[in-house]
Amino acid sequence: MKMELIQPFINAADAVLAQGLQSPMSIGNLSMEQEAYRRKGIAALVALTGDIEGRIVFDLDPETAVRVASHFAGAELPESDDLVREAVCELANQVTGNAISVLNDQGFHFRVHPPVLHVSDHGPQSTEDTEALVICFETASGSVFMNIALRYNVLRTAMAAGK
Amino acid sequence: MEHFASLKRSKDGQPVRYLVVDDSVFARKNLARIVETFGGQVAGEAGDGMTAITEYERTNPDIVLMDITMPQMEGIEAAEKIVGQHPEARIVMVSSVGYQENIVAALQRGARHFVQKPVKPEVLYEVIKYVLGEDGAVANAAGAGV
Repeated sequence: MKMELIQPFINAADAVLAQGLQSPMSIGNLSMEQEAYRRKGIAALVALTGDIEGRIVFDLDPETAVRVASHFAGAELPESDDLVREAVCELANQVTGNAISVLNDQGFHFRVHPPVLHVSDHGPQSTEDTEALVICFETASGSVFMNIALRYNVLRTAMAAGK
Repeated sequence: MEHFASLKRSKDGQPVRYLVVDDSVFARKNLARIVETFGGQVAGEAGDGMTAITEYERTNPDIVLMDITMPQMEGIEAAEKIVGQHPEARIVMVSSVGYQENIVAALQRGARHFVQKPVKPEVLYEVIKYVLGEDGAVANAAGAGV
């Protein structure tokens, strides 16, 4: 997975979280994962298809999710509230949308699918082509994990090159 | 949350009525909260493009705030259908997907403007004022309406 694909997602997460939380944040631990994805708390998945395919998962432990959702909503939300899960989906949607806007203007063409709650404890195992990068954003509300697994769509790339 | 001078309809001094279309309940509530700080009123909500069309017919809003990526029917197609039936419709696309192609497609198919998520209330306020044009008026500090 190339950094040119990843950087727009990092920049978008930085911008969206900073605006929503109205406080500074920093990038914490970065790691590559080839093991099956293991959910940490409330997770939302956005699938991408097109020149680049894969998925992005945003994952927050339940307490962090409540704090982040409350900031985004401008009101205290209870942990049981569906709006907390909705907020995590909307966070994933905004970060992914902002990132693919940058990538699209660079010539990559995608279709972004509506976010879905990721409810199973494990996701599909990454492959060599789609090893996942996990980035931890340290915010005043807690850690926000972004798990990215993307790969070039070889067939579309070859067709575009006229091979 | 910031405070804004109320935006009213110039014809009758009543609050601007909005139709908020987004598949995310959270995003709809957030937009509703923002337009209320502009002195607006949410006339209806929809979670997909198909429902947006029927809700437009039912509520006849002054402004539609329309997401793009939605299930069943996407926002750009819904905007085109609404404007096809109601050329006077004022539709502002509100989406996180803000690349040039998408913006141009939305404008070509009838949307009046585009605001990228995350929504900055001050940006949305200015866009709504612009889109309303002479049909909108900023209430004075004394709250006298038009």
